[in-house]
Amino acid sequence: MATALFGDSVKRTEDPRLITGRGKYVDDIRLTGMTHMAFVRSPYAHANIRSVDTSAAANAPGVLTVFTGADLQEQLGGLPVAWLLPDLKQPPHPPLAYETVRYVGDAVAVVVADTAYQAADAAELVDVDYEILPAIVNAEAATKDGAPQLHSEAENNIAWDWNISGGDYDEAIKDPDVIVIKQRIVNQRLIPNSMETRGVVADFDSGRGNLTLYTSTQIPHFVKLLYSLVTGHPEQKIRVVAPDVGGGFGSKISIYAEEIVCGIVSKQLGRPVKWIESRSEAYIATTHGRDHITDVEIAGKKDGEIVGIKVDVYANIGAYLSTFAPLVPTWLFGLMLGGVYKMPNVVCRVWGVFTNTTPVDAYRGAGRPEATFLLERMVSRFAQEIGRDPIAVRRKNMLASHKNGRAVTTGVMYDSGDYKGNLNKALEIFDYRGFRSEQRAARRAGKLLGVGISTYIEITGAAPSAVASSLGAQAGLWESSNVRVHPTGKITVYTGSSPHGQGHETTLAQLVSSELGVPMEDVEVLHGDTDQGPFGVGTFGSRSLSVGGAALFNSLGKIKAKAHTLAAHLLESDPKFVTFEGGSFAVEDIPDKSMTFQEVAGAAYGAANLPPGMEPGLEEISFFDPTNFTWPFGTHICVVEIDEDTGQVSLVRYVAVDDVGNVLNPMIVDGMVHGGVAQGIGQALTEQAVYTDDGQLLSGSLMDYALPSADMFPMLEVDRTVTPSPVNPLGVKGAGECGTIAASPAVMNAVIDALAHLGVKHMDMPATSEKVWRAIRDAKETQRAARAAARRS
Amino acid sequence: MTVEITVTVNGTAHTATVEPRLLLVHFLRDVLDLTGTHVGCDTSQCGACTVHLNEDAVKSCTVFAVQADGTEVTTIEGLADGESYTPVQQGFWDEHGLQCGFCTPGMIMTAEWLLKQNPDPSEAEIRAGLAGNYCRCTGYQNIVNAIGAAAKAGR
Ligand code: FES
Ligand code: FES
Repeated sequence: MATALFGDSVKRTEDPRLITGRGKYVDDIRLTGMTHMAFVRSPYAHANIRSVDTSAAANAPGVLTVFTGADLQEQLGGLPVAWLLPDLKQPPHPPLAYETVRYVGDAVAVVVADTAYQAADAAELVDVDYEILPAIVNAEAATKDGAPQLHSEAENNIAWDWNISGGDYDEAIKDPDVIVIKQRIVNQRLIPNSMETRGVVADFDSGRGNLTLYTSTQIPHFVKLLYSLVTGHPEQKIRVVAPDVGGGFGSKISIYAEEIVCGIVSKQLGRPVKWIESRSEAYIATTHGRDHITDVEIAGKKDGEIVGIKVDVYANIGAYLSTFAPLVPTWLFGLMLGGVYKMPNVVCRVWGVFTNTTPVDAYRGAGRPEATFLLERMVSRFAQEIGRDPIAVRRKNMLASHKNGRAVTTGVMYDSGDYKGNLNKALEIFDYRGFRSEQRAARRAGKLLGVGISTYIEITGAAPSAVASSLGAQAGLWESSNVRVHPTGKITVYTGSSPHGQGHETTLAQLVSSELGVPMEDVEVLHGDTDQGPFGVGTFGSRSLSVGGAALFNSLGKIKAKAHTLAAHLLESDPKFVTFEGGSFAVEDIPDKSMTFQEVAGAAYGAANLPPGMEPGLEEISFFDPTNFTWPFGTHICVVEIDEDTGQVSLVRYVAVDDVGNVLNPMIVDGMVHGGVAQGIGQALTEQAVYTDDGQLLSGSLMDYALPSADMFPMLEVDRTVTPSPVNPLGVKGAGECGTIAASPAVMNAVIDALAHLGVKHMDMPATSEKVWRAIRDAKETQRAARAAARRS
Repeated sequence: MTVEITVTVNGTAHTATVEPRLLLVHFLRDVLDLTGTHVGCDTSQCGACTVHLNEDAVKSCTVFAVQADGTEVTTIEGLADGESYTPVQQGFWDEHGLQCGFCTPGMIMTAEWLLKQNPDPSEAEIRAGLAGNYCRCTGYQNIVNAIGAAAKAGR
């Protein structure tokens, strides 16, 4: 392998192990004396625990020990929240319930046995006597008087009542030219479904008092910190390892009960403990996403000018506050309600509501998909109401391009953007005009064809820490890097970000190679092991390159500077006459006076001849905290065809033109867009978590939850515009979530467009065949009735 | 009760005494320590556990180890010969057909079988052939491309 450059589609260095079955995920870890844990979970959504009889389980074959919530109550503490809001209600969240269970899946006891089969068998024998209580699953209903109450700390089940506003919406709609369109929109609950479920191996070393936790997480360093805070185990005696992680999509950014319990039990037992979540268990025990009931109003004039948006949201947060639950439906949602539009007036109020359901936290996009769906759906709806083209309306309201900061109504500053330029490129690729005439012809032939568009913007790359802290973050959100150049000139990089499919081993090595002119294979990228590098933050919110990559870039800058000084010293030249190119330092105009980077590294460690005051060695650490978030944007256009007889929606074409700033590895960014779009399409067309009124999850397995499969998709047409970000030295923006954010509204706008001539104006996701079929039937019924009424009059 | 079985895995015969309820996937992973075959679900949907049993691609979470007695099983570990990958493996690498890699062993084993049945599949046939395998990362596009590339390389 040669050196790689910024912008090359370098093939992934992770892949050789993963395509040959030699990856190492948590379930692949085997330790001497390892035991297996199974959780006993509540089958009821709301109940008091009268008693727990563990005797039969304790006597079952292979069982080593059984613990109930009451047994561990003292040592376990409560699970913390990492983001606070004003007047946030924080009821206790015990890792194992001991008095009351509040959702199906709430853990009440654990069984540890020699084998996983024995642990699962014995878990069935734990006899819990429940007093069943009334349950509530709908967030709006949960706030009403008389609804079952989950926590005494949260009156009417309300955890928070948060709002944000800019401009003066009420004043703006007094204008007689302004029309207001109201719609209730349900953004359904989703289940993340990373293909690797969660899992933990805890290994307590009683000799040193050290605990190692292998866990399938996006945030190993936070797990270390929070484990220490929850249990009192000293932080320097905890090592957390996220090995190969099989996807996360936000569902692995929380500290989970199982991580705490496995650690505590390993310590008690003096043996390693493994717990691997089954898929059905994941459906109830791993956080869900979305679940908003929203009343939205959009206001605008007949000429297409949009004057404001008003939003009231019941955000279902499930039975307890998950780690980042207070952040997702508030700031990550409310800040985005202006979109790429001038949008002078914004009002938003969000109630966070406890219900007897699995806790809700981040799921790919986290807050931005919900906001973008409302906005992009309502902009198209507004265009439909005033009889104008949805693209013309978007264009009329779009922000002008800017390179270095544009303040918007929600109080934030977009970093850079060329929204119209991006839209134009997408329209060119798509051939919008051509499509409209095709659509007219199709309608005449009795075919239902529709086009949908979304012109989104989103927020990625958290930090800046000071801003995040003022909004409620309980931890800094910078990122760290460590670059260790070995005496041979080979390089080990540690990043505080924590990949789970993003390909950091490739892209970060590529960045090193491109900066230092060393071959890719000379660079080893480590991550996800808290003993191998400085404290880090992790991978979520599309931050790894714009924050973590920037931290690496800065470390490389320090390495280059030191190597440069040393090289100049050794070459007996003024540093300003020394150049660094293609991995070697040379004195200008003196052809044979040069040293390779590797030779300089050797000299730094040999330390025989260092400039005065220079320390030996070549190793640097940087912590990067940007001045702003990054704000990727783009245009997605989708064509659907609907089968009138069955309501089946088929995707005909999908064009995605994103702007994520500079692109380090286009192949990897394209892949992220594909995966993101697929998840957004999944939400639009098939996916939905369904609870019964008494809190049983009906869509509780892969048999019942419609995960998208390969035959649902056409080949996505992916392209880009490039507007570099001014807030990090690489000029990059987050790319991991934009596809998901953009896709759902694009698809739903296409579905509505296909049915618009029948008078259909809105439909909640997912647009299943049944729902679409009913909408067509109802619309035709209405049209028939209207015709009949017209004939009569 | 336990049963003695002999299964030839990746060309090597293994004899072991197992519980009749032991799933083939757990036999491979826990008895033989071949952890390349993954478990992604408990309802036979995800396909992460796909292996070849004699001539068929099977979901090894849906076969008991005792049913595999006397058979030949090929797992993801049995495909490559050192660093020389099969066209399907090479296709996955070249076309960026994986991200987190968790579905990948099952996808590759399915694709190998698919191309044996149909060496020159259309895009639609590839997509239909993946009906029993879920991937949450890639949106399938580059998996389809990878299999297409492998088909081309194999021709
Ligand atoms: S593990 Fe999911 S199909 Fe076998
Ligand atoms: S690559 Fe992650 S599930 Fe397929």
